[in-house]
Amino acid sequence: MDGFFATNLGTLVIVIAQCLLVTAFVMISLLFLVYGDRKIWGAVQMRRGPNVVGPWGLLQTVADAAKYVFKEVLIPAGADKTVFLMAPLASFVLALIAWAVIPFSEDMVLANLNVAVLYIFAIGSLEVYGVIMGGWASNSKYPFLGSLRSAAQMISYEVSIGFIIIGIIISTGSLSLVDIVKAQEGNWGLFNWYWLPHFPMVFLFFISALAETNRPPFDLPEAESELVAGYQVEYSSTPFLLFMAGEYIAIWLMCALTSIFFFGGWLSPIPGIPDGALWMLLKMSFFFFLFAMVKAIVPRYRYDQLMRIGWKVFLPLSLIWVVVVSILAFTDGDERNLGGMWARWEVEASN
Amino acid sequence: MTVTAMAFYLFALTGVGSGLLVVVARNPVHSVLWLILSFFSAAGLFVLMGAEFVAMLLAIVYVGAVAVLFLFVVMMLDVDFAELKGGMQRYMPLGLLIGLILLIELGLVYGHWNVADSAQALRQSPTPAIEDTHNTLALGQLIYTDYIYLFQASGLILLVAMIGAIVLTLRHRDDIKRQNVIQQMHRDPAVAMELKDIKPGQGL
Repeated sequence: MDGFFATNLGTLVIVIAQCLLVTAFVMISLLFLVYGDRKIWGAVQMRRGPNVVGPWGLLQTVADAAKYVFKEVLIPAGADKTVFLMAPLASFVLALIAWAVIPFSEDMVLANLNVAVLYIFAIGSLEVYGVIMGGWASNSKYPFLGSLRSAAQMISYEVSIGFIIIGIIISTGSLSLVDIVKAQEGNWGLFNWYWLPHFPMVFLFFISALAETNRPPFDLPEAESELVAGYQVEYSSTPFLLFMAGEYIAIWLMCALTSIFFFGGWLSPIPGIPDGALWMLLKMSFFFFLFAMVKAIVPRYRYDQLMRIGWKVFLPLSLIWVVVVSILAFTDGDERNLGGMWARWEVEASN
Repeated sequence: MTVTAMAFYLFALTGVGSGLLVVVARNPVHSVLWLILSFFSAAGLFVLMGAEFVAMLLAIVYVGAVAVLFLFVVMMLDVDFAELKGGMQRYMPLGLLIGLILLIELGLVYGHWNVADSAQALRQSPTPAIEDTHNTLALGQLIYTDYIYLFQASGLILLVAMIGAIVLTLRHRDDIKRQNVIQQMHRDPAVAMELKDIKPGQGL
């Protein structure tokens, strides 16, 4: 067996198997995410939430997915057929391929790219195409308005997310997600993580993540009170399912990114307890819980206020923070004058 | 054929093919979508050459920002497709002629290309070995040390362009109501509300 897996074909088989493994993880967690989202939402509103299909309603999402798949695909008469069908595919596939660089533990990562942060950013900036294409190809007014809103919103908040991540990169001295987590390792457990030195940015990142993934309170592209359902109005059955799945995968990715950038990824919060992928999963689930709680508690924003926060509050704040982190990291320097809080790159032994 | 060569031909063919379709496609939105595909193939080629930083930047800047802007503009246009198609027939000979002249010029330039020795030396000196450092680090070390002034100057040019665009589009209208967010947040119930006890049968 060893001989086969050393050949090119064997490597290909291993790579494909690993890809399938990550995809399976994402898709299975997706089932529980949607369920959890509805359950939390229900609990906040003092409802039971899904509780009929399967034990405690656990199979509700499976039933919903099956229902969508078996429905007829409706394509509006005036729609641009190819683009109309490509849009949900694009949004689903792009959301999925970003997982290629997410490390679940030090060894459990599909591709440890040295430009992983940029890769995530590139894929993230592409995700807007699914929405724009869907809105335009529907050839209808509400979807078009929804997609325009969404494009503007996603681009605006990408800018502030980018600046927040630059602060992390300055502290780490690397664009690799594995290096970013490793830089948060230390004797103090959770006090070594980046949430402490980059404290104000945790909130900014979380809120920007909400806006970036079109989650409530920033779900203006699909604001049902004004735009029916935004860019998804004309979609039904499987294409709609793909849009929904893409959205939830993007949210789950943002949970993973929050835990990697600010909360030490797979590192254990208490020194002495072994690190591992389980911690990563726990942190991701916790942030998803926060996402769900925000959805349940906070009322929807008005569109101009959303843009105002993005450009006039978050952008200047994150820009200032880049300067502040640069100064702090420079003061810290190779000598670690500030105890290595902000400067965590590896110092070469020869210098 | 190795995997790299296969990937190269895949990206190259997709790039050229979709580039062609950008011009040929009748619907301008389709053109932009093909343009995105050709940007992508170019990014793929950069990855194959080991320039992953440039590849990612290409995807972020061109696909993620520039093409979105194109798409915005093109989607908003009210285009008459029949007229566009008619125009194509008329302008085709002229376009082909310009293309031909450009091709000849490029060929001539390529045939007489001479690289000065000093330029060759300059080009090779700052490149670190690929085993020592990956190209993101190498680029950073070059741009922020040797070429810092040029880099800052190009940043300044972009800043000026940005300010220009903002100045061109900015207009203040005095005849509309504006929301002053700070002021609004500092209102409290004592200022904003007045409670009145209204007796039945009486108006205010």
